[in-house]
Amino acid sequence: MRVALFVPCYVDQLYPRVGMATLDLLERLGCDVDFPAAQTCCGQPMLNSGCDTDAAPLAERFLEIFADYDAIVAPSGSCVSMVKNHYEHIVHGDPRYEKLRTKIFELCEFLVDVLKVDSLPGNFPYVVGLHSSCHGLRELRLASDSERNTCEFNKPQQLLQMIEGVQLAELKRQDECCGFGGTFAVAEEAVSCTMGRDRIADHLQAGTQVLTAGDMSCLMHLAGLIQRDKHPIRVMHIAEILAGYEVPQ
Amino acid sequence: MSSTTSFDHPTNAKKFNQDQARTHWHDSALWFIREKRDRMAKSLPEWETLRECASQIKAHTISKLADYLEEFEKNAKARGATVHWAKDADEHNRIVLEILRKHEAERIVKSKSMLTEECHLNPFLEQNGIEVVDTDLGERIVQLRQEGPSHIVMPAIHLKKEDVSDTFHEHLHTEAGNCNPDYLTESARQHLRNKFMQADVGITGVNFALADTGGIVVCTNEGNADLGVSLPNVHIACMGIEKLIPSVDHLSIFLRLLARSATGQPITTYSSHFHGPREGGELHIILVDNGRSNLMNSDDYRNSLKCIRCGACMNTCPVYRRSGGHSYAATVPGPIGSILNPLRDAKHHKSLPFACTLCGSCSDVCPVQINLHEQLLTLRTEVKNQNQLPISKTMPMRITSWVFQRPKLYAWLGSVGKFFLRNLPRFMIYNALNPWGKNREMPEAPAESFRQQYAKRAKKNKPQ
Repeated sequence: MRVALFVPCYVDQLYPRVGMATLDLLERLGCDVDFPAAQTCCGQPMLNSGCDTDAAPLAERFLEIFADYDAIVAPSGSCVSMVKNHYEHIVHGDPRYEKLRTKIFELCEFLVDVLKVDSLPGNFPYVVGLHSSCHGLRELRLASDSERNTCEFNKPQQLLQMIEGVQLAELKRQDECCGFGGTFAVAEEAVSCTMGRDRIADHLQAGTQVLTAGDMSCLMHLAGLIQRDKHPIRVMHIAEILAGYEVPQ
Repeated sequence: MSSTTSFDHPTNAKKFNQDQARTHWHDSALWFIREKRDRMAKSLPEWETLRECASQIKAHTISKLADYLEEFEKNAKARGATVHWAKDADEHNRIVLEILRKHEAERIVKSKSMLTEECHLNPFLEQNGIEVVDTDLGERIVQLRQEGPSHIVMPAIHLKKEDVSDTFHEHLHTEAGNCNPDYLTESARQHLRNKFMQADVGITGVNFALADTGGIVVCTNEGNADLGVSLPNVHIACMGIEKLIPSVDHLSIFLRLLARSATGQPITTYSSHFHGPREGGELHIILVDNGRSNLMNSDDYRNSLKCIRCGACMNTCPVYRRSGGHSYAATVPGPIGSILNPLRDAKHHKSLPFACTLCGSCSDVCPVQINLHEQLLTLRTEVKNQNQLPISKTMPMRITSWVFQRPKLYAWLGSVGKFFLRNLPRFMIYNALNPWGKNREMPEAPAESFRQQYAKRAKKNKPQ
């Protein structure tokens, strides 16, 4: 399977280890992975700021770069949801898009639904706190959410439980937003930080040693607060744990 | 905790967050309701089916609203009600005043109605020398404090019992410092009883209007609507035209959803049906448009007319819980308010579609399946289209988009940025120009980007 790796711009620049972990993991599972170097950003910051006309050329580029692959995989629910659900507004009617939106996957979703992974090697002897990032949760339905009365499932959690030693932290508020929200984190700095600190407090009471999520953006915000407040929690993207990477010191 | 004056949500929210203890208390109070609601929703295996049915009934009604309104008018008149039509808030207020003048009414008791709040009926009547008393306890508390409600179902949820005690001491002369809830409730009850006894006219809102019977349904937990319209001879019911449902057969679906979503109760304590006036009395029903038909014509926002005003989106909204209802500076706050208010007045309410992380919890909690967070995203573009976004927000997006269209430039700027992030002294990164860094550390800049590492690896792996 010819898989295109879509590495969101800020992951590319600030969290290369997450990109490498995703690549390692996919290759180890037998995928023929390509990283198209022309890719930059999906345009989410622009669309989320109301600047749809600035997002449009980026959506166009995305279609040109990725349309010919069998699958497109990204370690970010939020960016995948942007392409899958919100490009509709800007590239509607493009036949390439109708095909592409069925072929783009968030990493955990790809592992569970496409590759049907049922075991993963490795040993990770930590209490892991899984933060359910909102766009993955409620726009891509990577897990059941606490609002709706549906069958319970959780794809990222299912994968983490395949790794020996992982003990999942039990949170009081299972799937509340961390307060990142893109430009919200800056425009509404006060509420954003209160929300983030509340999420961290929940993880502290649950004994989280390693905080993880499918979105590095939520983790960037939470890590920023953890570091400032000097809490004993390490932060790792779920791809790093699944690929067997060490806890960063 | 006075009403905020700024229309800018971040400014108001920042002020609210300065008292972190109070912010946490507000968050916990609403989360408690949200958890109750979750238990109730999960106790009904058919919950998602109910939501789907309610959503479809509302969609159907909106698509044929003119027909149903006519049917309702005909049936309500046949039962002896007088039906009035108001195109906007001013017309609504004038109609109410005319009815009051006709009956020489000077004292009014009013049960909770977000529509009359939307039309600013209280100040209008007061200017015309008429005393209006809100009889819902929470509404009465905020009325005494000369504040607006901070929540559509729990108007005084932003106040602690100590605040209520102080308010009652000042206005109802209760014992200073006595915060006993029983004592405070009893004092309010005695005070309101007098007002009920003296009232000339009772005004209520409407939760549901039934086209096929011409009846209206009013839901309260305190029974204040029933008492308010049982003692005086004249009952004025004010309703937005979207409150209509086709038939009494559909009512059970909505009554099951409403209270569970609002407060986690199986049903409101009183669901009172009014079919025509009481013997010898008058029932006036005012059907108000006030911008609703504009929504009906909009593919993007039509869904928001389905709203049954349960307030579940507010209780679940992590931003609302941590910024308080007054921070929205609007009659209806929270996610649904952040849609309705900018659509009516984008200039004043331009910050509201951005007072949201797009977490989507509101859309999933909504008992009538309104795609709230999606509409909020679309509305941001609408705010930009109406030239209400400052250049300080549009210009950076234009520039970054331009850079992102040039991968080599982007990669180079990335390296430059990381170099500075690694090497600049702390004060140049953490200062007033960087809101991110006020409470948070910046990410550590790695030596190489992913694309650099990937290129190196590809070169190494290339067969010689």
